[in-house]
Amino acid sequence: MAPPSDPGQTEPSPPLFLGRGLTKRFGSFTANDAIDLDLAGGEIHALLGENGAGKSTLVKLITGLLQPDDGQMMWRGAPVAFAGPAEARMRGIAAVSQHFALFDNLTVAENVALGLDARASVRKLSDELERVAQRYGLPLDPKREVWRLSVGERQRIEIVRALLQDPQLLILDEPTAVLTPAEADRLFEVLEQLRADGRALLYISHKLEEVRRLAGTATILRGGRVVGRCDPRLESTATLARMMVGSDVIAPKQSIHTIGEPRLSVTALTLPPDDPHGVTLRDITLQVRSGEIVGIAGVAGNGQDELFAALSGETVIDREEAIAIGGTAAGGLTINQRRELGAAFVPEQRLGHATVPTMSLSDNALLTGHGTGSLVRFGLVDRGATLALVDRVTETFDVRKAKRDPEAARLSGGNLQKFIVGREILREPGLLIVDQPSWGLDAGAAGAIRQALLDLSATGAAVLVISQDLDELIEIADRIAVMFHGRLSPPRPVSEIGRDQLGLLMGGSGWQTTEARDGAGA
Amino acid sequence: MGLFEAILLSIITASTPLLLAASGELIAERAGVLNLGVEGMMLIGAVCGFAGAWATGSTAIGALCGIVAGVALAALFALAAIGLAINQVAAGLALTILGTGLAGLIGAPLVGENIAAAPHLWLPGLTDLPLIGKLLFGQDAFVYLAIGLMVGIAYVLARTRTGLILRAVGDDPASAHALGYNVAAVRTLAVLFGGGCAGLAGAYLTLAYTPFYAPGMTAGRGWIALALVVFASWRPGRLVAGAALFGAVSILQLHAQAFGLGVPSQLMSALPYLATVVVLVLISRIRRGGSVAPAALGTTFVPER
Repeated sequence: MAPPSDPGQTEPSPPLFLGRGLTKRFGSFTANDAIDLDLAGGEIHALLGENGAGKSTLVKLITGLLQPDDGQMMWRGAPVAFAGPAEARMRGIAAVSQHFALFDNLTVAENVALGLDARASVRKLSDELERVAQRYGLPLDPKREVWRLSVGERQRIEIVRALLQDPQLLILDEPTAVLTPAEADRLFEVLEQLRADGRALLYISHKLEEVRRLAGTATILRGGRVVGRCDPRLESTATLARMMVGSDVIAPKQSIHTIGEPRLSVTALTLPPDDPHGVTLRDITLQVRSGEIVGIAGVAGNGQDELFAALSGETVIDREEAIAIGGTAAGGLTINQRRELGAAFVPEQRLGHATVPTMSLSDNALLTGHGTGSLVRFGLVDRGATLALVDRVTETFDVRKAKRDPEAARLSGGNLQKFIVGREILREPGLLIVDQPSWGLDAGAAGAIRQALLDLSATGAAVLVISQDLDELIEIADRIAVMFHGRLSPPRPVSEIGRDQLGLLMGGSGWQTTEARDGAGA
Repeated sequence: MGLFEAILLSIITASTPLLLAASGELIAERAGVLNLGVEGMMLIGAVCGFAGAWATGSTAIGALCGIVAGVALAALFALAAIGLAINQVAAGLALTILGTGLAGLIGAPLVGENIAAAPHLWLPGLTDLPLIGKLLFGQDAFVYLAIGLMVGIAYVLARTRTGLILRAVGDDPASAHALGYNVAAVRTLAVLFGGGCAGLAGAYLTLAYTPFYAPGMTAGRGWIALALVVFASWRPGRLVAGAALFGAVSILQLHAQAFGLGVPSQLMSALPYLATVVVLVLISRIRRGGSVAPAALGTTFVPER
């Protein structure tokens, strides 16, 4: 990536967007409190803040999805009020949202067409889409339906869709959360290019390093208020984090622990996918021993979803002994039978996979705990026990919520993830398998989750973490393996393998030639 | 005219109201709205269509009256289920009860009256062709209209932006709203279209099928139309095949009785519903993940404020 250019190089232009005293209330809760924000063309402006700081609400105000209760917005010097997102889009405001506005049953091209006002035919758009996708290195198959795609691929649709609108102001909410370092670098080049074109970019991220690399200005939100403005290039990660959180972030510490017997053994696991467009798992061999954390890195859509499903028992395998949990062949066992062997699972999707959004936390606690433990007695649910479990998770993992037992969908992403991870950890598993533990979480919540995983492994449990956040894996894992086109590299101790080496493996180079060839044909 | 040709002709006549009503419901369901009031809208369309034709002597005006009546009843449903976000199942069932009652009230003085049946197409030479002549060139206007409507719906859904927006709203209204589409407006229009089709299907019964009105004369065809949409797995092409199949079952049931076959007529009447259950099982076996049905079918949507 090109180094961020000095703001002095570009002509000082009048602000493209001006927000003055923007206020939004939901009932008695003030999500945005008199926020001022200036966005100029040719500038990358970072918006920093923890989950619940009011970033999403502010973005919704700017994109016309919500209307402010108070305050004024100016666009190119004239006061504006957006009745809906179409009006904001018409003026050249595009957003890549953290919660994808995608339609599962429609194809990639149809999804893009819906986001554009141009009356282009879907077929013509497919060509255009492929061209833009190629140019920015964001490969996409226009004819695939969204429900077949991974989170990372879905985000690519959002980014390409926004770029096709040729926006004057582009808002990006956590765009690199699911990208590899190389992909992120390529994205930064694109953003730098867009900035040099004179466009304004509003960049929302929890990754402070990125913000320091990219942005020329930063506005920091806390509790719905602006608590600071700075040039992030002049700040350190620690000072930025302090402004954002209000106190020093506790970084998880590598604890010293002894490594014992294998708790999870995967032997030569080969598995064709259920879905014709899925990834075939090829000859995967892996051991996770008691007391260690093994990380699986890789770009989204390289077989991580399929591997998690095979390990958790969502996909049952014919060859029983391909997967062994605690020494017992488990390939043919159901999820609950695997839980009885001491395993616990945290899937990637928090709402809809790890929890039922409209069910209360206590009911959600029951969903993974009914087969083991004492939540069910004589076939009847023990309400007292499920509620007590919710209370214990809440206390141990600092889950913040409005009432004792709310619906899962009412919790913020970070608090819900703390609840889900806590729910599994309190079952005292011998083996915990986690997919994307801190995706989209702020530094505070992500740190807490990682610390919980470290603490769990220190008690002698084996932990397998699948993550697209390389920094996270380097921080907590003892050994790291890389997934690429359905293959898994041999896990190597973190101390012996460099970040650049991992990045190469994730990008598909450094594999033995035969493997790479087979993989490319997958 | 041979028996075979007579059977084919009567199958077309029996299929047309099913096809009309089901195409309207297909559009509403593709937008994510489950309107269980089809039976009620058909009945009100039947009685109003008959009243219009009886008063003016014109089949066309009768058909128009049927459409307007269906749209009016659908508007009531849209107000409840979309405007006020009431549970769609409850609102739809209430609509059928209301439609049945209203039709009985309006139709009471019309029972026993007669009108001229809708004219059939007659093309010299073509209509006289053996076997296919009457089948292809001797139908009434409703039949051609129903087929034209189906072709139009298939084209709009698959090829146009309007169809894409409609499917998007039925798949994920929250995302559609986030992209700036007016979910309530799209859904309301889809429901009104569905009401118009159901009204026309009802009017077909009194204007062409039998040129008189009798209380409760839809005899469950609205429910069969609902089952048909599921049977067709929300695809227009399969809807035509399904309508023909369901129409054939109802006709063969009559012929089976005439020949004294020992199949209970109740079983034959239940066949469309049994077929729907079988199809539902099959599609869930064949396809994994994703959704054949509109993902947001039957769910209300209220934008965040």
